[in-house]
Amino acid sequence: MKYISEFRDTEAIKKLSQHLHAITKKPLTFMEVCGSHTMSVHRFGIHDLLPENVHLISGPGCPVCVTAIDYIDKAVALARIPGTIITTFGDLIKVPGSYSTLEKERAAGADIRIVFSINEALNISVTNPDREVIFLAIGFETTTPPTAAGILRAHEGQIKNFSILSAHKIMPPPMEALIEEGIPIDGFLAPGHVSTITGTAIYEFIPRQFGKGVVVSGFEPVDILQSIAMLVDQIQRGEPKVEIQYRRVVRPEGNTKAQQMVDEVFEVTSSNWRGLGNLPNSALNLRSKYQHFDAEKKFQLVLKEPKEPKGCICGLILKGLRQPPQCPLFEKVCTPENPVGACMVSSEGACNVFYRYKK
Amino acid sequence: MCLSIPAKVEKIEGNEAIVNLSGNRLKAALDLLDNVKEGDYVLVHAGYAIQKIDEVEAEETLRLIRELEEDMSND
Ligand code: SF4
Repeated sequence: MKYISEFRDTEAIKKLSQHLHAITKKPLTFMEVCGSHTMSVHRFGIHDLLPENVHLISGPGCPVCVTAIDYIDKAVALARIPGTIITTFGDLIKVPGSYSTLEKERAAGADIRIVFSINEALNISVTNPDREVIFLAIGFETTTPPTAAGILRAHEGQIKNFSILSAHKIMPPPMEALIEEGIPIDGFLAPGHVSTITGTAIYEFIPRQFGKGVVVSGFEPVDILQSIAMLVDQIQRGEPKVEIQYRRVVRPEGNTKAQQMVDEVFEVTSSNWRGLGNLPNSALNLRSKYQHFDAEKKFQLVLKEPKEPKGCICGLILKGLRQPPQCPLFEKVCTPENPVGACMVSSEGACNVFYRYKK
Repeated sequence: MCLSIPAKVEKIEGNEAIVNLSGNRLKAALDLLDNVKEGDYVLVHAGYAIQKIDEVEAEETLRLIRELEEDMSND
């Protein structure tokens, strides 16, 4: 398939790996921020292609994983309201909330449907005019523009029985929080598809304030190896900066049309992140003009205190402080079939990735 | 869920493209992109085309790696 096979070419992979071995002089640790990168790194065995002194750690870029537990509690509460239809991306179904999961609610009779796009959810609301259709809107800058476009469609179509439970998040604040916490990172592989929308300006503070490099990377093995080589090269030269490796898709200015639509629909707010706590300016709320699409405004939810799963160290893993096998529950109690924490559920979650690709 | 995949635009109908994703045909909404043409490759995410793929830049990335190979053989 075009734009995939060329970037999986074994000759190019071998050359890049040799090149990295030749240029790496000292031990370095890079963070792959995005969950899809974590997936590629393990799927393509990137660790085996790196020099021994280059380490990759996974970061907080799995949207399902960083979504705080009370979000699931709210989704469960909405699913229990008679007449609602919950529409969601498949990854969320199994995520444990404090007291239940959407999967259990569905087994108990709630109407919960998996969709691939917000437009599918809108179609369901059109064909079910007497039901309230709620779309679970989570994800980073890549996923927010489709939600914004869907809200604008709902607004224009004057759809009354549609709302979203929004927990869209913004990537740079957790990156900043990790550096400030002193997690030893020599540079970042920045998320390619977030950057497709945002462009590169959002990362400029990282070399400027913290002297660390950022390379926006694609997701194929050639992309990842080339990006690591670019980071090593920056360090060798003593010139940390923001660079784009994933140039076939990422423009420095991003997708400005998508940015404008997001800005029309959403405003920036603080939010809770699993493991990282409350971060200012790290999430998006519907603007007042579109608040009639906010499920939390439509329904007054009464929730019990959230309760984190006992023994789960997902929060430490999201910070790059622990690896999944260091969790005592990993594999023994916690598996993708019976996940204890969110990091085992999503196909981009570090625990899930380690479980699936372990040797 | 962050998966975004390159797909070829086969047909455009109003605000929607029919894209070919490794043999599977899917709909991708075009609200987020201007000037998409049949034959273009786009990145599809959550039912929306989010960016066009630039063939020249793709070639350039691969060229850099080929150059690297020559560099090393010159060492
Ligand atoms: S293995 Fe399970 S319990 Fe342990 S950190 Fe990962 S998700 Fe949490």
